[in-house]
Amino acid sequence: MKIILKIERFNPETDTESRFQEYTVEVAPTDRLLDALIIIKQFQDGTLGFRKSCAHGVCGSDAMRINGKDRLACKTLVQEVADADGAVVEIKPLGHLPVQRDLIVDQTEFFSKYRSIQPFLINDDPVPEKERRQSPEERMKFDDATNCILCASCYSACPIFDKNKNFLGPAALSQGYRFIADSRDKGFENRLPDLDSPDGVWACQNHFKCTEACPRGIKITKRINQTKKMIQDHRKGKGESINDGATD
Amino acid sequence: MKHEFECVIVGSGGAGLYSALETSACAKTAVLSKVYPVRSHTGAAQGGISAALGNREEDKPEWHAFDTVKGGDYLVDQQAAMIMAQDAVQAVYDLENRGLPFSRTTDGKIDQRRFGGHTKAFGKGPVRRACYAADRTGHMILQTLYQQCIKNKVTFFDEFQVVDVILDEKTCKGVIAIELATGQLHTFAAKSVLFATGGFGRIFKITSNAFANTGDGPAVLARKGIPLQDMEFFQFHPTGIKGLGILITEAVRGEGGILRNNAGDRFMEQYAPTLLDLAPRDMVSRAIMTEIAAGRGMRGDKKIDDYVNLDATHLAKGVLEAKLPDITEFCKTYLGIDPNETPIPVLPTAHYAMGGIPTDLDGRVVIDGKGTIIEGLYAAGECACVSVHGANRLGTNSLLDLVVFGRRAGIHIGEYVKHIDFPAIPADAAAEAQRWIDRLTDGKTGPHGGHMAEEMQTVMMENVGIYRNEADMALAVEAIRNLRDRYGDVRVQDFSKPFNTDLLELIELKNMLDLALITAASSLNRQESRGGHSRHDFPDRDDANWLKHTLATLDGNQVNLAYKPVDTSIWKPKPRAY
Ligand SMILES: Cc1cc2nc3c(=O)[nH]c(=O)nc-3n(C[C@H](O)[C@H](O)[C@H](O)COP(=O)(O)OP(=O)(O)OC[C@H]3O[C@@H](n4cnc5c(N)ncnc54)[C@H](O)[C@@H]3O)c2cc1C
Ligand code: SF4
Ligand code: FES
Repeated sequence: MKIILKIERFNPETDTESRFQEYTVEVAPTDRLLDALIIIKQFQDGTLGFRKSCAHGVCGSDAMRINGKDRLACKTLVQEVADADGAVVEIKPLGHLPVQRDLIVDQTEFFSKYRSIQPFLINDDPVPEKERRQSPEERMKFDDATNCILCASCYSACPIFDKNKNFLGPAALSQGYRFIADSRDKGFENRLPDLDSPDGVWACQNHFKCTEACPRGIKITKRINQTKKMIQDHRKGKGESINDGATD
Repeated sequence: MKHEFECVIVGSGGAGLYSALETSACAKTAVLSKVYPVRSHTGAAQGGISAALGNREEDKPEWHAFDTVKGGDYLVDQQAAMIMAQDAVQAVYDLENRGLPFSRTTDGKIDQRRFGGHTKAFGKGPVRRACYAADRTGHMILQTLYQQCIKNKVTFFDEFQVVDVILDEKTCKGVIAIELATGQLHTFAAKSVLFATGGFGRIFKITSNAFANTGDGPAVLARKGIPLQDMEFFQFHPTGIKGLGILITEAVRGEGGILRNNAGDRFMEQYAPTLLDLAPRDMVSRAIMTEIAAGRGMRGDKKIDDYVNLDATHLAKGVLEAKLPDITEFCKTYLGIDPNETPIPVLPTAHYAMGGIPTDLDGRVVIDGKGTIIEGLYAAGECACVSVHGANRLGTNSLLDLVVFGRRAGIHIGEYVKHIDFPAIPADAAAEAQRWIDRLTDGKTGPHGGHMAEEMQTVMMENVGIYRNEADMALAVEAIRNLRDRYGDVRVQDFSKPFNTDLLELIELKNMLDLALITAASSLNRQESRGGHSRHDFPDRDDANWLKHTLATLDGNQVNLAYKPVDTSIWKPKPRAY
């Protein structure tokens, strides 16, 4: 079938504003949308900019906004977004991150927020001779959060950034949960100042947009709420109050 | 722009990151990667990492080493395999201690499962040796190592593509890289350079490899006259999704999945009576192609794109969801089927480069059979050839190779840089790279690379694939030479500086053409069948004449071939039956 890709383009060297350009491509309904982009790049217009690598939804390179939804081009089949010959598919770069060129966005801020929650196992006990033991049940507590490929779909989909640019965001928070819920980790207190703050978990208002967008099926909103609960229990145990920025 | 580091690591997959953890502890280190580190293809590895932990049943490093040697059809250097198998145990515990969330046994240990070619007691039957984290073991390794790099404040240059190396006859002095965001050329002067650029499956049409897997490291070095080892040995993994090449891990068979032909028969009974579906990959891939050629593929039309079924419908309820969740999802997303109910249509897919940059046990690049090294030049991971995989790699041994030899290289570099001064770099170090870029962007009209890439991939797939013969390979050599000539005329369509992916892909195309030529020429010259190199016209292994490693040197459109001995100091080569 023939479909029309209407792609938002921007070249910082020549453009002051973004513009749309249309391309017609011959594809099969079961092709990936990434395949359609590659056909354009390889055979029609070498100037089109987008990132790609694994082509099967595991590396997080090609998140973009396809017909208004933040998703991976390689995990989107043509038939999911174009129902008939001549259908128009609109493709834009992710939101909330500065566009560097065409569909390529600057992820510096996204990654620096990820780094800020100390996304590594914290445990200063002497290194054991073999493995640290962990039951399958303990392991499953944080299983889905380990799926994150840092694609930033959730970061684009979350409406909180429209009001609060400093929000750590869904990915960083769910990675925070990935560690504090790991029975081997002892870094809850280290991460507390970042998680328990008006820009941390408390900024989340349960819109569930991140959970809907996540291509790896992470229950992000639920993990954020579990983190809130852990913080509340911890503070209560110590007779302290949470730092959600509320003034009363 | 100019930079100076004691160690520059090119590539941030498992091999690059593991080395970086070692070197950054004692030397000023920079990690350059053309994709964001977490997007490296190590993240796509699914099934597991092998180590004789013995958590599920008795196992020993010696058995592991033997399986590695036999699986590699005796082209493996045996002391290297022994070291890898021995280091494996501590390497896996170390990953766990650093936070890797392995799947667990009921008593809380690292769980292990079966994988092709891994046996107990020197071939007595399958053994549970593959440590795993569901079917995203590579993802977890990549994430864990990246996280440790964050913890240890390693310096990254994200989205920097290395295009040249600064090298004189005896010493490596740095690299030249393009910064993707600005298009600027950077010169990195360095006391040591480690290449960890991964595989180059993209020279073939159907592959499990990422777009980034274009073999930049080996190609850059080959153009400087460094020989590449055993390039004729490229692994085709038996189970790629038909038409797409997306990998369906061997762990599906490790958990009990069965390959069936159009009569519903478990055809591996005919080819490997003991290990059946868990025979090494080269054998299973050949078995599939033989079934298809005999009209027993699912369509039965004997065409090269016919396929067989991977049947997991009989597995206990919940096994796929719990142990192979990503595979289950790939099937749903790309095939619209539920593997619990419908067998998966599969066909071999170009998967892994056994060959690459020749190194010793410490990652130092060795350029001949006499052990001559280039000072300061190192390689590790899939782009390197130690050689622990010989003519055919066993599943789960690559992730292991990354951590074992990535670590060893990192430790060696840490020591090496202490004793030397920063190199003097010629003022025009970047001139050659600049000339290349200028030529591609000079505004003249020329063919675009897109069609040439496609031609190369088709030529390699059809003529240097699973079964090979003289005429096909000779044709491939000619066709690739021709494409290399035509490359002289290609030009970009994009003249901008920021994120000129058009230019970057044309540079990658050159790398792939160089490696395709070396692969085809090395294959053509080896007149025997061994592991992943299987010829209709020379169907048997020939130890008398060919038990030796190839060293291929690029010289214009010519490939010069030399050979060096294999270390067979532990086990005498025997016929390979399973
Ligand atoms: C789908 C799949 C599944 C697999 N499953 C398993 C498994 O279960 N077990 C197993 O043992 N093995 C498995 N393998 C093999 C194994 O994953 C790879 O061999 C291994 O991950 C390669 O790691 P690496 O560190 O060498 O390279 P990669 O992880 O590929 O990383 C290469 C790095 O080099 C960088 N790079 C490349 N060129 C340049 C350049 N010019 N300039 C700067 N940077 C550059 C890239 O950006 C990247 O960071 C699998 C492979 C695939 C494809
Ligand atoms: S949480 Fe999901 S959507 Fe967000 S970055 Fe991770 S994988 Fe992407
Ligand atoms: S290209 Fe890797 S997620 Fe799409």
